[in-house]
Amino acid sequence: MKAITVIGARLLQTAFVLLAVITILFFMFRLMPGSPLAAYIDPNFTPEQQAALMARFGLDQPLWRQYLIYLGNLMQGDLGESFFYRQPVAERVLALLPNTLILTFTSLIVAYAFGVLAGAYLAWKRGSVVEQIGVPLVLTTRAMPEFWLGMLLLAVFSFGMGWFPAGGTRPPGAEYDTLWALYTSADFWWHMTLPVLTLAIYSQGLPLLLMRSNMMDVMREDFVTMARIKGLSTFSVVIRHAARNALLPVMTSFAIAVGYQIQGNVVVETVFSWPGLGRELVRAVSTADYPLAQGAFLMIAVVVILMNLVADLLYAALDPRVTRE
Amino acid sequence: MSDAVTSKVQPPGRFGRLRRTLGSIRLPLHDPLAVIGLGIYLFFILMAVFAPYIATHDPNEILFTSEFALAADLTPGTEGYILGTTTLGRDIFSQIVWGARSALLIGLTAAFMVALIGSIVGIVAGYFGGWVDTVLMRLADVAFGIPFLPFVIVLAAFLEPSIWNVVIAMALVLWRDTGRVIRSQTLTLRNRVYVEAARVSGSSDLKIILRHIAPNVLPLSFLYGSIAIGWAILTEASISFLGFGDPDSISWGYMLQDAFASQALSKGSYYWFVPPGFLIILIVSAGFFISRGYEQILFPKLDR
Repeated sequence: MKAITVIGARLLQTAFVLLAVITILFFMFRLMPGSPLAAYIDPNFTPEQQAALMARFGLDQPLWRQYLIYLGNLMQGDLGESFFYRQPVAERVLALLPNTLILTFTSLIVAYAFGVLAGAYLAWKRGSVVEQIGVPLVLTTRAMPEFWLGMLLLAVFSFGMGWFPAGGTRPPGAEYDTLWALYTSADFWWHMTLPVLTLAIYSQGLPLLLMRSNMMDVMREDFVTMARIKGLSTFSVVIRHAARNALLPVMTSFAIAVGYQIQGNVVVETVFSWPGLGRELVRAVSTADYPLAQGAFLMIAVVVILMNLVADLLYAALDPRVTRE
Repeated sequence: MSDAVTSKVQPPGRFGRLRRTLGSIRLPLHDPLAVIGLGIYLFFILMAVFAPYIATHDPNEILFTSEFALAADLTPGTEGYILGTTTLGRDIFSQIVWGARSALLIGLTAAFMVALIGSIVGIVAGYFGGWVDTVLMRLADVAFGIPFLPFVIVLAAFLEPSIWNVVIAMALVLWRDTGRVIRSQTLTLRNRVYVEAARVSGSSDLKIILRHIAPNVLPLSFLYGSIAIGWAILTEASISFLGFGDPDSISWGYMLQDAFASQALSKGSYYWFVPPGFLIILIVSAGFFISRGYEQILFPKLDR
C-alpha cells in the first residue's frame, strides 16, 4: 500500500469513528430519564426561549429527524445553549479547552522527559538492585488513584506547608487583559504546579516502562554490540546508539497518552478546581446542564479520536513496514 | 442429548478438555513479585469475607463519645477507634474493612466481564474473519474513540446510582483492548496444523474453538483480566469520588469523597484519607504484579 492510501484509509476510519461516537452521544442523552426535551430545554426558560429551542433542534419532530438536525447544527458549531451559563455551549467549551490542553501537555512533557531518562537508566542498570526496586515502584505509581495523589499533595504542600495555592488558575481578584497574559503569568504556572505534578507522577510510568523494554531490545542488536567492540564509552553506546533508536516508539505513545490523560483529567481538575473541560463535565452532569455535558463530552472525545489518528499516522511514518505491507 | 448421555459416550474427551483448559490457568508462582501479588489478594479476600468479624463498628453508624457528644473527627486511638472517626462520627477502620468487599466485588466482576466479552469478540473475529471480523473490529475502533471516564460519569448519572454502573460501563467499552489482542492470537492459531487437521477430520467450528482455540487463548484472557481488576477498582474510586457512586455502599472511593468534602485536607486528617488510597494502591498494584507473572509465562522470551 502506498503512503497516501494508508493516510486516506486512516482519515476515513477516523471520520467513521467520530460519527459513531457522536451518534452514541446523541442517543445516550435521549435515553436518559425524563422528557427527551430535557436534553435541550431548561424548565426555567421563558416560553419564547423554549419555543425557539424547540424549533432550533426540531424537538417536536420524530427522533430520526432530530438526529439529522442535530448533525446539521453540529456541522455549524451549534451545540445548544447552556442552562446554567445562558450562553452557547460551543463558546463555553472552547473557552475551557485551552486550560485543559495546557495542563495535559505540560504534565505529559514533564512525565516523558523524566520517564525516558529513568527508563533508559533502568535498562542500563538491568539486574541490579536499583532495577529490582525501581520497576515495582513504577508499577505502584500506575496503581495510584490520581485524585488521591492530588489530595495528598494538596494536604502536604498547600494546606500543610502553604507553598502552593489550593486551586484555580489565579489569585482571587486577579484580572488579566488577555488570555495570553494569563497563560504567561507566573501566577498561572504557580497554580498549575501541583496539578501538573500529580498528573506527571501518574503518567511517567508509561514512557518509563516502554523506554526500558525498548532499550533492552535495542541493546541486544548487532549495531550496539558493534559500537561496544569499537571501544566507545558506555555513555556513548547507551545514549548515542541505543537510546536514539529506542526513543521512536516512545514518542508515538505520546499521542495516545494525551488521549488517555484528557479523560483522566476529569478527577484531577475537580480536586484542584481547575477550570477545564473535565471539571465542567462533572459539574454539568451533576447540575443536569445536559447541553453543556454533551458539549464537554464531545470535545473530550474529539481530542481522544484525533490523538488516536495522530498516533496511527506517526506509527506509519516511523515504521516503514506498516506502509510497505 | 442430555448431559448424562454425552458424558457416558465420551468421558475421556470431556475430562481431557476440562483438564487442558484448567491446565492452561497456571498461577505464576515462579515470580516473587507475582507471589507477593497473590498474597495481597488473599489478604483482601479474607478481609472481605470476614468483614463483619473484623470491623469494630457498623460502618454507617453515627457514633457518640462517652460524654454523649458526636464522635466527630476523633484521632486514631481515641476511645478505641483504631483509625479515628469521620466528621459525621463514623468509624474509619470499619469503613476500610467493609470497603474491601465492594472493591473486590466490582474488581472481579468487571474484570470477568471484560475478559469474557473481549475473548469472545476476539475469538469470533479472528476465527471467522471476513465481514464478521470487519464489523467487530470497527466496533472496537469506536470503543477506542469513547473517552472512558466521561462515559462512566454520564452513564452513572443517568442510571440509578449503583456499584454495577462501573461494571456495565467497563463491559461496554473496555473489552476493546482484550478483543484486539485475542483476535491476533486467534489469527495465528487458526492456521496451525492441528487446527487444520481438526477441520479436515470434520470437527465443527464450535468444537474447534472450544477444544483448540479457547484453551490457548485463555492465559491471555487471564492476563488482561488481572489488569482489568485494577482498572475497575480505580474507576469505581474515581466515580465515587466525583459523587456518582452508590450512596448506600461503603467503598474506598466514597470514603475519599467524604474526606474531601468534609475539609479533611485542610484539617490535616491524614489518618482519614491516607489509608483508603493506600489500600487501593495495594490491591491494584497486586493485580499488576500478578499480570507480570502471567506475561512471563506467556512470553518467556522477555525473561532473557
